[in-house]
Amino acid sequence: MRRYILRRVVELLIVLFIVSIIAFLLIRLAPGDPAQVIAGEHATQKVLEEIRERYGLNKPLVTQYFIWIGNVLKGDLGRSIRTNEKVLTELLYRFPNTFELSLFAIIIATFVGVFAGIISSVKRGSFIDYLTMTIALFGVSMPVFWLGIMLMLIFGIWLNILPISGRLDVSINLTRITNFVLLDSLLTLNFRAFIDAIKHLILPSIALSTIPMAFIARITRSSMIDVLNKDYIRTARAKGLKENIVVYRHALKNAFIPIITSVGTEFALLLGGAILTESVFAWPGIGRYIVGAVSSRDYPVVQGSILFIAFIVCVINLLVDIIYVFIDPRIRY
Amino acid sequence: MKSIKMLTSLLLIGLLVFGLVLNTGCKKQAELVTLTFAKSGDVVKLDPADVTDGESVTVMDNIFEGLIRYKKGSSELEPCLAERWEEGEDGMSFTFYLKKGVKFHDGTDFNADAVVFSFERQRDPNHPFNKYGKWEYWSWCFNEIEKTEKVDDYTVKISFNEKFAPFLTTMAMFTVFIVSPTNHEKWGEEAYAHPVGTGPFKFVEWVKDDHITLEKFDGYWGEKPKIDKLIFKVIPDASVRLLELQKGTVDGMEFPNPDDLEKIKADTNLTLLTQPGLNIGYLAINLGEDTPGFDPHFKDVRVRQAVYYAINKNDIVEHLYKGTAVVAKNPIPPTLWSYNDDIVDYEYNPEKAKELLKEAGYPDGFETNLWAMPVARPYMFDPQKIGEAIQADLANVGIKAKLVSYDWGTYLDKTEAGEHAMCLLGWTMDYPDPDNILYVLLDQDAATVGSAGNVAFYRNSKVHELNMLARTTFDIEKRTEYYKEIQRIIHEDIPWVPLAHSEQMIVFKKNVKGFALYPSGDYHFDTTYFEK
Repeated sequence: MRRYILRRVVELLIVLFIVSIIAFLLIRLAPGDPAQVIAGEHATQKVLEEIRERYGLNKPLVTQYFIWIGNVLKGDLGRSIRTNEKVLTELLYRFPNTFELSLFAIIIATFVGVFAGIISSVKRGSFIDYLTMTIALFGVSMPVFWLGIMLMLIFGIWLNILPISGRLDVSINLTRITNFVLLDSLLTLNFRAFIDAIKHLILPSIALSTIPMAFIARITRSSMIDVLNKDYIRTARAKGLKENIVVYRHALKNAFIPIITSVGTEFALLLGGAILTESVFAWPGIGRYIVGAVSSRDYPVVQGSILFIAFIVCVINLLVDIIYVFIDPRIRY
Repeated sequence: MKSIKMLTSLLLIGLLVFGLVLNTGCKKQAELVTLTFAKSGDVVKLDPADVTDGESVTVMDNIFEGLIRYKKGSSELEPCLAERWEEGEDGMSFTFYLKKGVKFHDGTDFNADAVVFSFERQRDPNHPFNKYGKWEYWSWCFNEIEKTEKVDDYTVKISFNEKFAPFLTTMAMFTVFIVSPTNHEKWGEEAYAHPVGTGPFKFVEWVKDDHITLEKFDGYWGEKPKIDKLIFKVIPDASVRLLELQKGTVDGMEFPNPDDLEKIKADTNLTLLTQPGLNIGYLAINLGEDTPGFDPHFKDVRVRQAVYYAINKNDIVEHLYKGTAVVAKNPIPPTLWSYNDDIVDYEYNPEKAKELLKEAGYPDGFETNLWAMPVARPYMFDPQKIGEAIQADLANVGIKAKLVSYDWGTYLDKTEAGEHAMCLLGWTMDYPDPDNILYVLLDQDAATVGSAGNVAFYRNSKVHELNMLARTTFDIEKRTEYYKEIQRIIHEDIPWVPLAHSEQMIVFKKNVKGFALYPSGDYHFDTTYFEK
């Protein structure tokens, strides 16, 4: 196990190295002079020169890369060109918001998705099966923007039971320790903030959960159908076990590996920041941060964020692989 | 196992109840008057000298003040932190006499040292605080300032290296808001996140991408604000901003969705404020014979007239700007002093355009190109569609224009180098002085191939002469005369087809009163109040 983890960590470093090169080159391959984009239509030649000089944009690419990666190794992701803020500080502020949202969304998606998938597989070919899978198709194809506005109208305006947008009511003061709002509100015993934060989480996480929910439902269904056809299920039934026990204890447990894989992948995807959901719900997450940076050619922010997200995704993949061991005793590293 | 479950449930219920109790408890606090305003984007920085975006400026308008300010809702000037000022003998300097007894939010005295600090940190590359900013606006608009000196504690002298009449107008810009030197010494590089000025509101907190809270400053020298707390909440989506306003969680919002305007006007609980902003969206016709994109057809003024007559500006404003702009007939907007309202715009008349083309010797028209910007800008929401509309209008009279577009950075590069025959572009004014359009965008000085602000490469010596006269006299009446004449000449020469001035729009709840839109796009909330 230890050797396995060590090997994976080395692999992770190699992946991050490759990602760093891609992140560095990709934004530089985009057409247009970054100095011109940064300065806009008011730019004079003098200003352009100054911008190039200040951010080292006039140095050769290789030099620029090594300066950057050297700093990254020292734990310094640099400062944003546009705002002058430290990239790492900003990521550490925004990532927890994205994490909390993604976590809620993936929990909703997993519960509903797995349950729908099970029903579908057990009632395979029935009306319920088709209905569930059609809804799942809707889930994948529904524009988040539209769904978001609908949820706001229903729960925020007509029923008026949930807040529409934002992370926390602006009248609530919360002392930040970890930047995870839920955690910080508990640590500081600020229960009003905790409840409010949960309320603010509900609509965006529902909106964000639809796509992964649909995927998880489909994966669960096919994986369950596969398992339900196995000999040991027939044996279980032949033993006279109740259908519920057959489905939930015997089949589901064995169908779980592909489900866990897809939950892990979907979660990792969500952590990259859900740009649309974050914009619609005014959620101060990592997706909005990166999009803003890309459009203003904020090199340090784009590079730093991509590297940061790549790191998180790699770590989650590793964790998922380790979870396998606990779920499936046949897997040994 | 069971007991653990029980315990967890009990704990959770306990937490919930406790939270609810706290929740109701907090509502009983003394009621502060709070105004929450929904903004479309977060501020970039809270250092007035080091920003270029409206989102940052409109927040800082309430925290900081300059020596001079705009009169409420106008582009005219009045004293602010300076009581009065006088022009030096040769017009090469100005002396400002400062208001006494003014304090910064951190208790620092406002005096000549603060003014010198605020200006010199931007101008002097050797100033210890120069390294903390890019100071872009300083290099765009304050190049004429040679230095700023303290005469005594409450007198400051600013000397120039050239005479520059818009100077006084630029003194009302956010770039030269006065900052507290003590605060900058305390925070150094991080001062941009801890703003301290002399304005009616003081800074409380900035939760990135979420909200900024300001509070009434009790030590304010002028009339105190009527609201205690001012919160700017960031909501990027225009429809969601409107939903929050209708729900009542915010009291006002900026930039409504053009498609929502009818709904807003029909809602009796809301008020819509509009005013043409200090901007212009235009079509420039390249007249620079030394540029690679020059199309000799346009040398003939009749062809340019034909282009002008052929374009249906009213349709563009109504359908593509969706009524959020006013049709332009001059390069400068109607809210700016010296606007020449005597000018009669060329009407939309395709027949006349065809006649003019025939007269010019092109009865069957000709082929050329038309460049359209790839991105929406405040002065032009959908340049691609506007490009297509103009292309169709021109085709209607026989001018077949190929539509060209590049990414934004390249587009600016190439139009500055004059690679286009015609191009769409626009401008948001840095400060409300006609010089900022008539000189910066239409003078021969700005028509250098490769770095042109004047992308029409329009070089008229009379216009240049008048521009130089207007730049070097501080007499506003004379300047008005010069600028009116320049607008007349430009109207005749047609280097541009001015298209539209887009409007600023703000929506408030019906009971919010006392807010005025400024042509400059500034937001000042000190006079805003709730009607009971």
